[in-house]
Amino acid sequence: MLRDITLGQYYQTESVIHRLDPRVKLAGTLLFIISLFFFKNFIGYLIAAVFLMLVIRLSHVPFRFMVRGMRAVLFLLLLTVVFNLFLTPGEPLVILWKVTITKEGLKTAINMAVRLSLLVVGSSVMTLTTTPNNLTDGMEKGLRPLKVFRVPVHEVAMMMSIALRFIPILMEETDKIMKAQIARGADFESGNIIRRAKALVPLLVPLFISAFRRANDLAMAMEARCYRGGEGRTKMKPLIYQKRDRIAYLCILIYLTVGIWLGRLQLPAIG
Amino acid sequence: MSIILDHVNYIYGGDTPLAVRALDDICLQIPDGQFIGIIGHTGSGKSTLVQHLNGLLKASSGSIYFNGEDIYDRDYDRKKLRSKVGLVFQYPEHQLFETDVFTDVCFGPKNLGLDKKEVELRAYDALRKVGLPDELFYQSPFDLSGGQKRRAAIAGVLAMKPEVLVLDEPTAGLDPKGREEILQQIRELQKKTGMTVILVSHSMEDVAEYVDRIIVMNRGRVMYDDVPKEVFRHGKELEEVGLAPPQVTYILQELRRRGLQVDTDATTVEEAADVVMRALQYVT
Repeated sequence: MLRDITLGQYYQTESVIHRLDPRVKLAGTLLFIISLFFFKNFIGYLIAAVFLMLVIRLSHVPFRFMVRGMRAVLFLLLLTVVFNLFLTPGEPLVILWKVTITKEGLKTAINMAVRLSLLVVGSSVMTLTTTPNNLTDGMEKGLRPLKVFRVPVHEVAMMMSIALRFIPILMEETDKIMKAQIARGADFESGNIIRRAKALVPLLVPLFISAFRRANDLAMAMEARCYRGGEGRTKMKPLIYQKRDRIAYLCILIYLTVGIWLGRLQLPAIG
Repeated sequence: MSIILDHVNYIYGGDTPLAVRALDDICLQIPDGQFIGIIGHTGSGKSTLVQHLNGLLKASSGSIYFNGEDIYDRDYDRKKLRSKVGLVFQYPEHQLFETDVFTDVCFGPKNLGLDKKEVELRAYDALRKVGLPDELFYQSPFDLSGGQKRRAAIAGVLAMKPEVLVLDEPTAGLDPKGREEILQQIRELQKKTGMTVILVSHSMEDVAEYVDRIIVMNRGRVMYDDVPKEVFRHGKELEEVGLAPPQVTYILQELRRRGLQVDTDATTVEEAADVVMRALQYVT
């Protein structure tokens, strides 16, 4: 039933990308996404696509897993394309009855579609090659400078990793509660919105109670092991930059310079 | 009037390489009024099996017939099936949600579309049947003790007046006294109403004393399906799959090995005591 939904879609395999420091991957993904918004011509997107392809090849993750992330945003993608295609004013290209497709509309639509696809696949690479725990570790260390501004970096990271850890547990719990209530004749699938919302009460009450109970138990267990926040806490596997991480940073830098330089060139208009 | 499982298979995880065959060619016949124990080690498929009986899980292949009708027929009313085959899950915490016990027990019959009077009548009746004292009826279900919660959960299913009552590990997490009480109550209920009761457990001890028939599950298959005495004869095989016959069986077998002429078929403490007394010729 609910088991089909996967969050935290880590793909277990051996590759250079998997072994990279999570900070590199976080920064790289962020820079990659930002770079997408700088491009003014198709060369930029081409470079981005080639760069992404290379990374995917290196990561040993089958391509279909990358595209899987696309499915979730497919609706959004189509909506953007449709709106841009039909509602952008400009030089008419095709006129079908009352609908006009303009040259500018076509351009923006393709632009948006390519940008969004690259963005989604790009961030999929990160989540597919990094375990959630590693990711929060990287976030904690990477955001450490923010401590100067009294941002509780460690606490936020800890909260995130606990939340991620509990998603599958709560999923399973939801599944069990649903089954128990269906066995008592509960109906989660039919009726209008109000009826359906009401039908969720027998599911949500036990779920919340169990979540609170688990939170309480976990807090107790952590305290019993003398957890008292990030102050003076050491790591079993501290994050230390290796040679490959430096090389990765260099690659990202090269991509950024070349991509933005070529991607912002004013090309002679086609047609 | 019975449940028939005909070559039922169930595979978890569909077409991925992680697919697990949870049920492997199960053929069973469950006649009316029987008290059955389904026993198996964790992961043997016993919970998966019982979730097929009321249509919560759909078999990957094979058919299930309830009272002669195929429950996978397109126009079969599966909601009605769920009221006929009542399934009580292991943790009462997974189903109790209302502000008081009585309203919670009303949830099941209310979903059947009965009128208010009938709903309340059934809820009251069910609560009495499980032996929950009156003064707890209007307490919050979350304030009850473990055993009381379990009773409230059973009542919640009983109120739907099922023909078959399936209890998944009804004694898990209870102390020996609470365990005994719950099992006694279930047996009484079974005797009084003549309902088919299926008890899922991993403890032989629990089941041996009460049931007419034991189905031993191992790796998704039915390993033994017989009366308790016969099943316990296979002590060694049971041990190999992580189960054990009741302790009295061990004692009797050891006594016999040491030369006391006892009948090793006894499965309950009372029977065993009787057998030993007879062997020692203390019989009056």
